[in-house]
Amino acid sequence: MARYDRAITVFSPDGHLFQVEYALEAVRKGNAAVGVRGTDVIVLGVEKKSTPKLQDSRSVRKIVSLDTHIALACAGLKADARVLINRARIECQSHRLTVEDPVTVEYITRYIAGLQQKYTQSGGVRPFGLSALIIGFDPYSGAPALYQTDPSGTFSAWKANATGRNSNSMREFLEKNYKETSGQETVKLAIRALLEVVESGGKNIEIAVMTKEQGLRQLEESEIDAIVAEIEAEKAAAEAAKKAPSKDS
Amino acid sequence: MVSSLLPRRPNSRMMELHLTGFESCPLFPGGVVADHGENPLAAASFQLPACSDFDGFQKDAIQMMKPAKGTTTLAFVFKEGVIVASDSRATMGGYISSQSVKKIVEINPHMLGTIAGGAADCQFWHRNLGIKCRLHELANKRRISVTGASKLLANILYSYKGMGLSVGTMIAGWDEKGPGLYYVDNEGGRLKGTRFSVGSGSPYAYGVLDSGYQFDMSVEEAAELARRAIYHATFHDGASGGVASVYHVGPQGWKKLSGDDVGELHYKYYPVIPTPTEQEMADTSAA
Repeated sequence: MARYDRAITVFSPDGHLFQVEYALEAVRKGNAAVGVRGTDVIVLGVEKKSTPKLQDSRSVRKIVSLDTHIALACAGLKADARVLINRARIECQSHRLTVEDPVTVEYITRYIAGLQQKYTQSGGVRPFGLSALIIGFDPYSGAPALYQTDPSGTFSAWKANATGRNSNSMREFLEKNYKETSGQETVKLAIRALLEVVESGGKNIEIAVMTKEQGLRQLEESEIDAIVAEIEAEKAAAEAAKKAPSKDS
Repeated sequence: MVSSLLPRRPNSRMMELHLTGFESCPLFPGGVVADHGENPLAAASFQLPACSDFDGFQKDAIQMMKPAKGTTTLAFVFKEGVIVASDSRATMGGYISSQSVKKIVEINPHMLGTIAGGAADCQFWHRNLGIKCRLHELANKRRISVTGASKLLANILYSYKGMGLSVGTMIAGWDEKGPGLYYVDNEGGRLKGTRFSVGSGSPYAYGVLDSGYQFDMSVEEAAELARRAIYHATFHDGASGGVASVYHVGPQGWKKLSGDDVGELHYKYYPVIPTPTEQEMADTSAA
């Protein structure tokens, strides 16, 4: 088995591309990221590891915009992400230049995934070690969209998804609790999913909300704290309600 | 072949056997044999014609070869969509080579292009544009906009700028933003507009079109305006004639409305009024 993971252009006898699978491992070790699609907003959330005291946290933005109507968050190797994001930003502008139209979310996702796939089929390079969550509004229909790509170069659309550390628990939570939401409810759902795996508190979570009219907006730490407090209160109330009937009986 | 290896005899009166044109040297790029004495691996080159103004000579040559845009095509946007109309005459100098040329090409069921200039250039590049539009549809699961299609064509023509393409085309269609009309030419220029006419007959067509145009016309009124404009252009311009074709592009796609022989249109617009005779020669009865 060890012999089949050197040059990634080589398949293993049982049909695996080991470098791609190792890249997925790198993603699994990256910080948690979640995306939730609502009817009029789309929310991206990432786990923020504790920032060293001397670091300027503003220079470490984990949720970035690719164009005025497209944003991206990812889990995995951040340096690889930077390269991919730069290429995607150029492609967004190039598309605007050649067809005089903004990209659709599907187009730019297909481009990023195509780039990731190219690096699984070239000599002397390794795959990008990141999974990206791409959100945006379709410039014509105005429909919100959420897509996910992975190091193998596959992509698909999601109503809600998570990637990175403990993504399975987050996805399970989302599968159980997802319903069509809008506005603040969508933000709450995203934060609740993140709180399943992250220490609660505004300084451990980064949230950005995309709306059709205002584009991408990063929430302030105080806003996040307020919503977290709301969620905790709701949880406590639910717990109390559960205990109350059993006391009577 | 072998002649280059023969020893030179400078004072020889013998006729030299010229084998130029028969040689083929696959080792040299361009198939040109390098002169003996030169480095056989040098890039092949040919001599320029000996004239004082080579650039002018080149320009004249291109102008001689480039067919003048002898045609009349027009298109305009109105309330119900886009009307596209053209004549059908092809000329080679003073010779009318055809009266039945299709100058409106169907790029896809929702987009039309017009031909002015080199017929081969226009036909080929419109077909190529149709292919690109279809590939865009397949990749993006939505039809390409008129803006995008015209930009694709304009970028292609710009990359061939200066190489002698002759294309003066209008791209008309109906996309999600409504009716769209662009003028694209071989210089790489691209203009968005509501009324265009291209070709040698265009000044005459503009005269009729501009004076009769109103945004709020019905499809029939607009078609009749286009037909009249083409007819008048064919009347005055020798390089335009044949059949006046009129197409309409609506939200469901394009539809050919009419194709009338301009000779017949002439008599329709200007019927011959029999002049009343004042005096008639009558048989005189034998007195």
